[in-house]
Amino acid sequence: MSEDLGLWGVPIAVLGGAIRVSTPFLFVSLGECVTEKSGRINLGLEGTLVFGAMAGYAMAYSTDSAWAGLLAGGLAGVLFGVFHGLACSLPRVNDIALGIALMLLGTGLAFFFGKPYIQPVAPDLPAIDFGGWSDIPQLQAALRINVLFLIGIALALVLWWGFRNTRLGLVIRMVGDSADAARAMGYGVNRIRILCTAFGSMLAGFGGAYLSLYYPGSWNEGISSGQGLMAVALVIFARWNPLSCFWAALLFGGAGALGPALQSVGVTQGYYLFYAAPYVLTLAIMIATASPTRSLAGAPGELSITK
Amino acid sequence: MKALLPRLEGVAIPVAALLAGLALFGVFIALVGKSPVEFYSLMYKGGFGTWFSLQNTLLRAAPLLLAGLCVALPARLGLVVIGGEGAIVLGGLAAAAMANVMVGAPSLVGLLAMALAAMLAGGVWIGAVGALRHYRGVNETISSLLMAYIAIALMNHLVEGPLRDPASLNKPSTAPIDEAFRIGLIPGMDVHWGLVVGIIACIIAWFLIERTTFGFGARMTGANVRAAQLQGLAVGRLILAMTGLGGACAGLAGMFEVAAVQGSANASLIAGYGYAGILVAFLARHNPLGVIPVAILLGGIAAAGGLIQRRMGLPDATVLVLQGILFVTILLSETAYGRFKLFKRAAA
Repeated sequence: MSEDLGLWGVPIAVLGGAIRVSTPFLFVSLGECVTEKSGRINLGLEGTLVFGAMAGYAMAYSTDSAWAGLLAGGLAGVLFGVFHGLACSLPRVNDIALGIALMLLGTGLAFFFGKPYIQPVAPDLPAIDFGGWSDIPQLQAALRINVLFLIGIALALVLWWGFRNTRLGLVIRMVGDSADAARAMGYGVNRIRILCTAFGSMLAGFGGAYLSLYYPGSWNEGISSGQGLMAVALVIFARWNPLSCFWAALLFGGAGALGPALQSVGVTQGYYLFYAAPYVLTLAIMIATASPTRSLAGAPGELSITK
Repeated sequence: MKALLPRLEGVAIPVAALLAGLALFGVFIALVGKSPVEFYSLMYKGGFGTWFSLQNTLLRAAPLLLAGLCVALPARLGLVVIGGEGAIVLGGLAAAAMANVMVGAPSLVGLLAMALAAMLAGGVWIGAVGALRHYRGVNETISSLLMAYIAIALMNHLVEGPLRDPASLNKPSTAPIDEAFRIGLIPGMDVHWGLVVGIIACIIAWFLIERTTFGFGARMTGANVRAAQLQGLAVGRLILAMTGLGGACAGLAGMFEVAAVQGSANASLIAGYGYAGILVAFLARHNPLGVIPVAILLGGIAAAGGLIQRRMGLPDATVLVLQGILFVTILLSETAYGRFKLFKRAAA
């Protein structure tokens, strides 16, 4: 096979890019999905993602282990999530506004502590080669898949199954649909929501660590451009279904990879417009799927964002 | 005195929250091994201590006033719009483009046309967020932020391509604005007229909300949409007007950044004023008059940032951390309203 694939390089690059770019989307959206199922919304995941990226990179650098970095990202996420969960349990504290505040605080703290880590190089998370059968280098590159992507798929399946078939899944859904009903059954609504927020935030922390430890694979202040927030829109698009979250994340990843893919074959016209593709796509999907008159199918009843 | 106490609550709680936030940040500074006392004395010195630093503060407060209104006005209807940055960027771009069209026109005409273009661009951009909310049920918080990213991409595209001045080499910009259309300084100060316009806009906005039927309808909608609809209020029109006005304010902020500070539209427009505006509006509890002191306070924090960085060797994100902590304590203080007997008429 020759090196030059011509225009065929574009779909292959988009596929590879989709897999690489979608992983953080997948983790944040699965996390947000769990949080929203319990009736809360956490817009602070954007800040958690950035802080997770910084904490993961710093930890991986100082311990020389990417896995320790991943753990640090998740742990940072848990801390942010517990704080968000506790604070929102207070009367009259608005979860959307507090999310924005935590977004600001998370990015601020990440930039504050992350300054010394912009230069050094930390170890990467491992990837598995699925493209060995092919001798097209572009395809091989596209099929170098990070383990976190696979873990994400497994997680999506587990969550999808768990929400339908386990007692815990049912309790979370009940808390999200009607706090009164859950209270009547004797469940602690706030406690469950705090746990769900902490779990969701932990996943966002993992997603952040993926960013700095695999793709793009370094820590800098522009590492996330609204991915945490787009994941919130993605969950709405996916109708709070973890399996749909996976497909939606793949779609968003593909949109994000379109610009660089076209650039790699020499199409540089309108580079910035292609850069905006994921945002335009998100907005278009939200416009197409939202409705002013009825609440969305599958939306947890207690959720403030769809009311 | 007894009648005053309930009204005092609206001032005492935010001030207490602000002080708590500052104290908490002091602990943070101490934890990273620096002196909070030095930090706050430098902040006072760099933000308010001298005539020079005060002017620097006011210079930074000017866009914050207008960016704060962009959040505060829709918030009166219960809408959380966080994408003011997009309206600032597009407003600045529209003003710069208009300036190039108007070359040769009298100063005043050109400036008015630029202001109109900027307000229109910003108003349509944020107004679209309101329209999407009302007609399609799209959440305004997320859509406004997505649109901010789209606006920035649009500006980068136009400044790199169709609107690029070939003479701008390293930093793609639009053609510099004609000297006739540059906005000058307030006499005797190093601060441009944007400050005055921003303060006037806040006063007008306050009057609109607190003293007109339009504002009454808006406040009622913010308190209870269903009740407002039952009363026959045109909620859709209110939403469009408020988001449009807010966006127009942010657009105007962009115009002043271009015509008074930068001299052309370029990536410097993306300075985070839109995001700081969210904090301004929330600190002011969405009261347009409250926006004025809060914008000056935050302008002071921003102005002192450079001095603090140099003297104490702290990263530039320090100001961001302080803003974040203040934001969190202010929001947490919401839970304190009505909890203190001191402020209650019945108990007093």
